[in-house]
Amino acid sequence: MSIEMNTKPALPPTRTIEFRDVSFHIDNTPSRVIVYGISLEIPHGETLVLLGRSGSGKTTLLKLINGMLLPTNGEVLIQGRSTAAWDPIRLRRGIGYVIQDAGLFPHFTVAENVALIPTLENWDAARTAARVEEMLQLVGLDPREFARRRPRELSGGQRQRVGVARALAADPPILLMDEPFGALDPVTRAELQREFSALARRLGKTIVFVTHDLREALLLASRIVLLEAGRIVASATPQEFLRLDHPEVRAFTSSLAMTPGAPA
Amino acid sequence: MSPQINTWSFFADHRAEILGATLDHLTLVVIAMTIAILIGVPLGMFIVQRPALRTIALGIASIFQTIPSLALFGFLIPIPFIGGIGKRTAIVALVLYALLPILRNTYVGLTGIDPAVLESAEAMGMTRAQILFRVRFPLALAVILAGIRTATIITIGVATIAAAIGAGGLGTFIFRGVALVSDALILAGAIPAALLALLADFLLGLLERRLKIS
Repeated sequence: MSIEMNTKPALPPTRTIEFRDVSFHIDNTPSRVIVYGISLEIPHGETLVLLGRSGSGKTTLLKLINGMLLPTNGEVLIQGRSTAAWDPIRLRRGIGYVIQDAGLFPHFTVAENVALIPTLENWDAARTAARVEEMLQLVGLDPREFARRRPRELSGGQRQRVGVARALAADPPILLMDEPFGALDPVTRAELQREFSALARRLGKTIVFVTHDLREALLLASRIVLLEAGRIVASATPQEFLRLDHPEVRAFTSSLAMTPGAPA
Repeated sequence: MSPQINTWSFFADHRAEILGATLDHLTLVVIAMTIAILIGVPLGMFIVQRPALRTIALGIASIFQTIPSLALFGFLIPIPFIGGIGKRTAIVALVLYALLPILRNTYVGLTGIDPAVLESAEAMGMTRAQILFRVRFPLALAVILAGIRTATIITIGVATIAAAIGAGGLGTFIFRGVALVSDALILAGAIPAALLALLADFLLGLLERRLKIS
């Protein structure tokens, strides 16, 4: 089973992403373990939110999925194959990636940024152009107005929209998002969260979303996985999550209660 | 007759020789800069991938830059093959001088890129070569060009001293003018050299601004 770039995946496997007892530590120094004993199955079409404080290991889990990090112990399977066995370039071209600062290429126009993977995959010009237009419309940017702009001529929210469009351009079955709305002002953030929530339901992709914002997790997740110091301490649907009796869960839910109407 | 008129008439009488010396000078600079760029830019790209070699390469380049130019010419003269009196030695010295700004700016330009850009390039499945040539290099171009500009101006200046070892160029007028205590002769070398430096600075500055991406 491989990630098909140019056609829709035929019959999606149930377990798109699977962590099997994964640990990761830097320089093989056990004292510097970043994540411990992670076992996690992420079925096709799920929007899994990895919630946790800074340094809890959320971003490390994301990078273990697209092979930017390889597990020290255990294995991460993507569509049944270990990330260590995948060609990292093929693996990553089938996994969309959106980060906090969008990471758009400043020397590319918006259209060129969105066209990045189609270009690397040698799509023909007409197909790429049509796809860029489709993607910009999908994220609510008028192609006629935005296609030729440079990233520096965009607002933070617009840059994030382009980041999402770029990640989706080659129609990857998996989308990884690392606090994509974290640097935006509260109003723009709420707007993008609402729109993205609707978009995620419509696209039916497997999404792994990292945040430290419980409100965002509750809005977007089909399942919330809570990390504390590199371990999974809770895994539940948003409804169940609020009723869990774990100190770290209560720490997050009480932060929600203490700041009514304010962004976390 | 005032010295100024004297200078002007000297310029008018010797314009063919002045032009010839300017072209000689420019040839020295262009050859030296071409070699320095062909060594400096690829070497800069290489040490980005090999941090262990970075300190050594930048260290050696700074040593050459620190040696006074006349002394560097002196050191090169007795060296077989590259040394001796004449253009070849001068070009070697000029390349050694120009190397540091080019090498350093290539390295700084390639490493000073927003980590978020590099992270997303890697995560999107670009190969190392694609990241180097399509992301790092275009984004570093303005900084690399600033190094080339600095090196060019240094080279135009140092090339006037190359006349001391028989390399020709505008320095010939300056040295001869000093020996004969002739302002006109000195200025016949100094003015075109200064104009060359200013012109190179202006043109390369223009190019640099066009390539700059904020």
